[in-house]
Amino acid sequence: MGKITLPRSGLYSLVAAAYRREPKRWGPMLTGAVILCLLLFIYWAGRNFNPYQVRILNLIGINIGLGLSLNLINGFTGQFSLGHAGFMAVGAYTTTLLMMPPAVKQMNFFMVPLISPLDEIQLPFIVALLLGGLVSALMGFFIGAPVLRLRGDYLAIATLGFSEIIRIVITNIRSVTNGALGLKAIPAYTNLWWSWGFALLTIFVITRLIHSSYGRAFKAIREDEIAAEAMGIGLFRHKMLAFTLGAFLAGIGGGFQASLLTTIDPNMFRFILTFEILLIVVLGGMGSITGTVIAATIVTILKEVLRGVEAPMNLGFISLPGIPGMRMVIFSLLLILVVLFYREGIMGQRELSWEGLFGPRNGRPERGVEA
Amino acid sequence: MILLQMEGVGKNFGGLTALADFNLSLAPGELVGLIGPNGAGKTTVFNLITGVYRPSEGRIVFDGRDITGLRPDLITRCGIARTFQNIRLFGNLTVLENVLVANHLRLRSNPLEAVIRWGRYQAEEREMVAYSRALLEAVGLDHLAEEEASSLPYGQQRRLEIVRALATKPKVLLLDEPAAGMNPAEAEELMDFIRQIRKDFNLTILLIEHHMRVVMGICERILVLDHGLTIAEGSPAEIQKDQKVITAYLGVETGA
Repeated sequence: MGKITLPRSGLYSLVAAAYRREPKRWGPMLTGAVILCLLLFIYWAGRNFNPYQVRILNLIGINIGLGLSLNLINGFTGQFSLGHAGFMAVGAYTTTLLMMPPAVKQMNFFMVPLISPLDEIQLPFIVALLLGGLVSALMGFFIGAPVLRLRGDYLAIATLGFSEIIRIVITNIRSVTNGALGLKAIPAYTNLWWSWGFALLTIFVITRLIHSSYGRAFKAIREDEIAAEAMGIGLFRHKMLAFTLGAFLAGIGGGFQASLLTTIDPNMFRFILTFEILLIVVLGGMGSITGTVIAATIVTILKEVLRGVEAPMNLGFISLPGIPGMRMVIFSLLLILVVLFYREGIMGQRELSWEGLFGPRNGRPERGVEA
Repeated sequence: MILLQMEGVGKNFGGLTALADFNLSLAPGELVGLIGPNGAGKTTVFNLITGVYRPSEGRIVFDGRDITGLRPDLITRCGIARTFQNIRLFGNLTVLENVLVANHLRLRSNPLEAVIRWGRYQAEEREMVAYSRALLEAVGLDHLAEEEASSLPYGQQRRLEIVRALATKPKVLLLDEPAAGMNPAEAEELMDFIRQIRKDFNLTILLIEHHMRVVMGICERILVLDHGLTIAEGSPAEIQKDQKVITAYLGVETGA
């Protein structure tokens, strides 16, 4: 691993000195400062960014939340699940159906009418979101109960299967979901405050949980199930806890995405969607919260930047027609390369922390700071 | 009084009998050794007691309660802890975290309390950390508390595994080859360590070991297994003279 060379003077040494004197006091203050800066940036971005840039920023926030929810299951608890798209679909559809005005519902369901009482219900966005999360969590609970008895590849395949089942069911219960036609003109409530509020809240919950006794139990299960069980940890209960909470957050993320894109259809929730979230988790590092945050930002931006490769290209001697989906080829290659040569991802299981940035590195000689 | 009793316990894997008609009774405070050649069924006994395997026949009673076929985590909650033949530490966690994990079974706060950190969770966490640190200090591992468990030298990993088992506050401790791979000096140190924790924690210990010096040195009673059958039981001196045991270990002299 390459060492990070830190700046040697000015603000850095000032903050580092203060932090080292009273880490208990300066740690939370620095965190507060970062959050404040982020909120100011969001405020500023909301006023100065163009709609396209705002949308990317929204997607980053939502992807952070989604990435963390998958990392909780795959990275921290070690249960390799590929069912996230299914939970997002459940959340997206539930949220949408609960908050869409009846008039818009009537417009959407012109083939098969929406069943009562869904056709008359209209709930506030936040309530619809939470219910979307809860329905998704319930789904996670019922899928997890049989599936979490499996391990490794078998678990991955079973969750993938259930995710597809959810999608097929959604395609076919037309009187509830409007089938393959999807839902259009979804009220666009998602804004930067919502999406980044979701991101911050998810970071908060996952961080606290991971650094609690429950988090240690999750990690123990990841490290060695037999030993964890021999230490009195109920495997099933803890796996279910991680899986259900992951599904809950995925459902809420799905709800936000529906309200951001304003249109959903079953084909959005194919395996490729799970893959995109998985890419964030693996690239950032399985079992690293800061890694997921960084990777979610990078992947979301990269996805936009790489739109160029899908456009028709004229290389002078040959002109290529645009190939939709080329971006995903690049992402797939990226994932293969990461898994082959750089398994740890960006952060591995480490975290960026104030202690790591400013603190005296325990036992090891200090780098650059005192010099 | 009997703390742990196994009555006619057997285990078959398909047609293979790993253990047959096994009887064991441990009185509180005893230190009993379980020996036998490779594949004799010693670890199977441990796996049956701790619920990793469900017995094909017979029953296991601990502290007056039938624990036959109970889930491993529930058996640990009853007060039986174990170590593993091939060390099974949580390698990526720190030494302290490894011990803390074994405190989790006593946690009463729910996940929500753990996230919000209100009410009793904070107090419980402080208590867990204090107890774990005290344990580590008692066995001289406290200076390594923040190290990754996998980075510890072999002997200390063995020791940490025992400490981790102790953190579940067991009445019975099952040690699976604690001296494996140790040189005589380390084995000697381990014997002192086992004697010490037995006294300090009021433990009843069942021990699997190939290291004869350790077995003969600390065990009060020894059971010998061979091919799933109990071939001898008695004091170390009796076992050393037992013809069946000698045959099991060394084979029969055929006299050419």
